[in-house]
Amino acid sequence: MAYYGSRINPSRFHVSQLKIYAYLIPMALFMLLPIVFIFCHAFKPMDELFAYPPRFFVAKPTLENFERLFTATKTSTIPVSRYVFNSVLVTASVMFLGVLISSLAGYALSKMRFRTKKILFEINNAALMFVPIAVTIPRYLTIDLLGIVDTYFAHILPLLAMPIGLFLIKQFIDQVPDSLIEAAFIDGASDFMIYRKVVVPLVRPALATAAILAFQAAWNNIETSAIFINNESLRTLAFYMNTFALQTNIVVGQGIAAAGALIMFLPNLILFIILQSNVMNTMAYSGLK
Amino acid sequence: MKKNNSHPYLFLSPYILVFSVFIIIPVLIAIVLSFTNFNAIQFPDFVGFLNYINLLTQDEIFMQYVLPNTITFALIVGPGGYILSFFLAWSLAQLPKVPRTILALIIYSPSMTSGVAMAVVWRVLFSGDQMGYINSLLMRTGIITEPIQFLQSTEFLMPVMIIVALWSSMGVGFLAMLAGVLNTDETLYEAAAIDGIRNRFQEMFYITIPSMKPQMLFGAVMAIVNTFQTGAIGVQLSGSNPTPQYAGQLMVNHIEDYGFIRYEMGYAAAVSVVLLLIIYIFSYFSKKLFVERD
Repeated sequence: MAYYGSRINPSRFHVSQLKIYAYLIPMALFMLLPIVFIFCHAFKPMDELFAYPPRFFVAKPTLENFERLFTATKTSTIPVSRYVFNSVLVTASVMFLGVLISSLAGYALSKMRFRTKKILFEINNAALMFVPIAVTIPRYLTIDLLGIVDTYFAHILPLLAMPIGLFLIKQFIDQVPDSLIEAAFIDGASDFMIYRKVVVPLVRPALATAAILAFQAAWNNIETSAIFINNESLRTLAFYMNTFALQTNIVVGQGIAAAGALIMFLPNLILFIILQSNVMNTMAYSGLK
Repeated sequence: MKKNNSHPYLFLSPYILVFSVFIIIPVLIAIVLSFTNFNAIQFPDFVGFLNYINLLTQDEIFMQYVLPNTITFALIVGPGGYILSFFLAWSLAQLPKVPRTILALIIYSPSMTSGVAMAVVWRVLFSGDQMGYINSLLMRTGIITEPIQFLQSTEFLMPVMIIVALWSSMGVGFLAMLAGVLNTDETLYEAAAIDGIRNRFQEMFYITIPSMKPQMLFGAVMAIVNTFQTGAIGVQLSGSNPTPQYAGQLMVNHIEDYGFIRYEMGYAAAVSVVLLLIIYIFSYFSKKLFVERD
């Protein structure tokens, strides 16, 4: 039988897809197991956490672990709501400011003409491979020099430099036709007007993607709380959850820790599900040349 | 492209500011500190290449454990995660939209879990007594008779780290490659079929990969960064730095050990610089592989 070429992005089911399902579904189920496990573990009552032999699925789900998580004021007298507030404030600020400054810079790098444009973009591309964890100490020294240790700025500012966000936004703005911008310019719009009225509405998918990446970076971050913050009441939820994970007596804390892991994971998942078509749309222009 | 009346630096300055302060300056400080002896209290004194010389000649732990561990981990998780991402992306692209979206979401979701929050889950699953889920399963099926100390043994810590890292490696790079495969030109496939391409694998090598090189490179850079970023999990899994007999000690842990536990910041900075260099070299080679010469 002649080979007719495969169909990328087919519109409906075909028998030839069966062999792909045959390995993708088991693979996906296997990857799903640890996540199903957090769900089950978070709802297990005490006797099931201690049961021998241990059971993977929960038999009698309960909210006990969540109650204990929210009533425990472990290391000090600070209520969990304070950590939640800090996390929400920090994450929202990083998302908003991060997307704002990346998109401003992305617009300039994509649509304006100036001498250092190419080199700036190259530097940003090189920074895609930046691993913050490698320079934790110098970062601490910089934060210390700026005098923002123990302030919300120490949480927010370091995360605003997001090379991948700028990269994706700039690539997406490249798709906006120059003629649109020229037309707006001839009509007398200022740079800022063009940015706000033409560019931003057209590149929403890329902004949404950068927002998700900013969310993940800020929401899951424990480095800023652990290193740049000494004041317990300024630390974030991720850090607080982590204190359960680091307990030496793991059996007692594990139900609570699983509940914590679930609370950390769910907002990520929900946000991604809502915005996933935007993300896929943006990723189409993610090529590095 | 417009020429007049633009103020590019007005738009760029907020980004350039945070970028310089939190990326460029820390890297420069790391480079400067790596040539000094600095204990975080007294003013650093210049020692030339001493830290680098010590790293290469005196630091037995680095040479015997940390470097080999880092290389093993990076060579398996980097290319392994990368090839797996591409293969999964390529497979998903051959499915209709709805099942594709659901499966892609499942495969992507591990990368959304935060490493630290998940550490507790892995510690319960791989717990070293018969209460551990994996041990219990293996004992009940008769594969082993004694529980294995997965997270405290020199033999098993590294494999567990590799499994965990691979599990969470289908991140942004995976999504980029999925989009890349989906956007390849369909007429190319038809033409190739007429020209005698006979199966999906030939297609993958002759059409798909060449036409999505930019996404392949982006995916590669993401894979490299992800590999070195997740390197800290050994400490989270075993619950101690240094990890038991340095079995899961990677360079990021070594930096932390010297910087925040022993306060030898100059030395830690030298290790950071070496780590950044290694990452740069990896990325350089992936660029060589995927950048089109034209």
